Amino acid sequence: MSKAKNIFGLLAEKPWEKGQIESDNKHEGQTLSLSKYKVGLRTIMAVSIVLFSLFIVAYSDRMLVSDWKNMPEPWLLWLNTGILILSSIVFYLTENYSKKDLYERTKNGLYFIGFLAYAFLIGQLIVWYQLMSTGYYATTNVANAFFYLFTTLHGLHLIGGIYFWGKTTAKFLKKNNDKKDINHQIEICGTYWHFLLAVWIVLFGLMLSS
Amino acid sequence: MSDEYEHKIEAKSDYVSDASSVSTPDIDAVPESELPDQDLYHSHSWWTTYVFSQDAKYIGIQYALTAIGTGLLGLVLSWIMRIQLAFPGLGWLEPAAYYQFVTMHGMIMVIYLLTALFLGGFGNLLIPLMCGSRDMAFPYVNMLSYWAFVVAVLVLLASFFVPGGPTGAGWTLYPPQAITAGTPGSDMGIILMLISLILFVAGFTMGGLNYIITVLQLRARGMTLMRLPLTIWGIFTATVLAMLAFPALLVGCLMMTLDSLIGTSFFMPAMVSLGEKLSYDGGSPILFQHLFWFFGHPEVYIVALPAFGIVSDLLSVHARKTIFGYRMMVWAIVGIGALSFFVWAHHMYVSGMNPWFGFFFATTTLIIAVPTAIKVYNWILTLWKGNIQLSLPMLFSLAFIVTFLNGGLTGLFLGNVTVDVPLSDTYFVVAHFHMVMGIAPILVVFGAIYHWYPLITGRMMDETLGKIHFWITFVGSYAIYFPMHYQGFVGVPRRYFEIYDSPYIETSTLLLNQFITIAALIVGAAQLVFLYNLITSVRLGKKAEKNPWKANSLEWQTPQMPPEHGNWGKETPKVYRWAYDFSVPGAKEDYIPQNQPPSEIIGAKVEKT
Repeated sequence: MSKAKNIFGLLAEKPWEKGQIESDNKHEGQTLSLSKYKVGLRTIMAVSIVLFSLFIVAYSDRMLVSDWKNMPEPWLLWLNTGILILSSIVFYLTENYSKKDLYERTKNGLYFIGFLAYAFLIGQLIVWYQLMSTGYYATTNVANAFFYLFTTLHGLHLIGGIYFWGKTTAKFLKKNNDKKDINHQIEICGTYWHFLLAVWIVLFGLMLSS
Repeated sequence: MSDEYEHKIEAKSDYVSDASSVSTPDIDAVPESELPDQDLYHSHSWWTTYVFSQDAKYIGIQYALTAIGTGLLGLVLSWIMRIQLAFPGLGWLEPAAYYQFVTMHGMIMVIYLLTALFLGGFGNLLIPLMCGSRDMAFPYVNMLSYWAFVVAVLVLLASFFVPGGPTGAGWTLYPPQAITAGTPGSDMGIILMLISLILFVAGFTMGGLNYIITVLQLRARGMTLMRLPLTIWGIFTATVLAMLAFPALLVGCLMMTLDSLIGTSFFMPAMVSLGEKLSYDGGSPILFQHLFWFFGHPEVYIVALPAFGIVSDLLSVHARKTIFGYRMMVWAIVGIGALSFFVWAHHMYVSGMNPWFGFFFATTTLIIAVPTAIKVYNWILTLWKGNIQLSLPMLFSLAFIVTFLNGGLTGLFLGNVTVDVPLSDTYFVVAHFHMVMGIAPILVVFGAIYHWYPLITGRMMDETLGKIHFWITFVGSYAIYFPMHYQGFVGVPRRYFEIYDSPYIETSTLLLNQFITIAALIVGAAQLVFLYNLITSVRLGKKAEKNPWKANSLEWQTPQMPPEHGNWGKETPKVYRWAYDFSVPGAKEDYIPQNQPPSEIIGAKVEKT
């Protein structure tokens, strides 16, 4: 009974009926058969999706005003996107390595992911620098302001991810860690990485298409 | 009459002839849980026990005290505004200060008092206890949530002491006026307000994560979602709403901060201020209004839904009767929550929107009255033929029903575009929202505090002082807000610091204003009686017996009262029924706690609702 039911089925339960009472008494007290960390991550992702969606709505609305001037897309952004895709692939591989208990490969994978994350952030800062040195300030046009806002928020999300990546790596390097625990943690970090890639692709696509 | 107990007696009557037998009879048997017990953080010092506490109960109390402290400031602000309105000759407030007080009063009451108190305070206190868990899912994050709230409050208070004072833009903070010269606090004040809100949202998200996951994943064995007390349903749904609505506030705050600090033009149109053309161009103030109200309307239900839930439980316990239509109540809570995201633009009828757009939102607004009315009917039907105890929580709950109905009915008028347009920005609106989301939830807060005080302190609050507090608050708030409806009808605009001798204002308005002010001062003073009661009862109150209200829900079934760290001693409780088995025919007592094994209540006939 610990499996998630369809939400309507759940709300239609009659807790006073005999059959229901018998199965309810055996209920584990858990709605979804997921760890609390996984549910936590999904909650955070849901809130992030709402946040970014609202920004996208604001962007689309503001775009309609005549003062909107599109911003050039520096080629470096494509490189950064590539870095992010690569780091997501590496994370996927690392998740598999850690499940198969390949210590060396997992370790290298984790290091490489960290390197790529920092490389992406530095890459974004260089893009900022290039844009500003060619006169595209946040105040020049609101399109630029949205670009800086999106990259900052995405970057902050990634910095949060790097914090948990650091914790995971530190735990992984400890001698007597719990294997299952570590795999779980790597998996959760990985999901977040894929999520941030998806967010970036949506934001980048939005800015390209406008 | 489908009934577990009767059925079980037939099957096992020879076996459980003696209900008090020591060995656990078969009918209580529940297979061992496959889930491990929750890890608990144990504090080591005074600091980690009482200040940087990670125990949800302490965090709840911390949240509640901080929120009430901030709310008192909001109360004092309202007194001063009332004195200014009734006796403008005294010259208590400059126009700028009046706007600042209006703004701070609104923001403090809605966000820093009610939201923080219901979700942070009652949420932290009740979720683990009522769900039968040992603590929140992530206690450390929970602690961070509280301290983020404290910092948010401090930043808010700091804005009183910066040059220009706090922002005077009204609690809706509409741009462009909020950050344009001429509005009080348009430099530092508004920035601090926005930062404070951003911190609040960040802190709340951390707390909300805990509330959601604890309710979903960490309940006691046998506690299905449909066995949860309605209090938890209310708090849970409100938390989900808040998690989805607060990002809108965050987006608005972030973009306005940038507009103000570095001069972007998200919300700021091209405009001329003090004879000079500003550097802004093309921004959309309406966009901010949409963002703000996409947060702002669910916010009403973020405050109301916990109140709905709590009041359902108070009514059921103090009328010794099953809540009428439990499933319908849950559906109504969930339905109101879902609908609340589709009504926001009824706050913007006068913003120049397309009439069809207004028509759509008027329709959704009226639809939301359906589940709300279901709740009101169910509360009344719960009382019907109940064994009503006129205890303090019951008095406040009854007052809530009347007040909520009152405020809700004026809402039906304001929800219609044609009626709203002439009444917009008059005292009718002020009266409406104070009744429905000021007085009504606050009455529930008082009822809930009188109800759960023994759980927190082990002592009862004084009954006589409580009754004095109740009657003055109840009658007094009607003396304040009923006349305001009339003022609204005769066209007195809100947010005016003085009416002067305007020919279109009835002379009776000033007299009414004086009456309202005197009533407001008396009601305010009655809250001092409550505070005195609250503080002195910690030491002097009558010692409470265990489960003093004879309630069924789990928070009263802890081995110790007040509950200790970890709540449940060695084993977490096992739940066998919902929280509403009151006055069951054939049972020894008139209540059957959720964790009482079936073998101990042989012969009781549980009725379905």
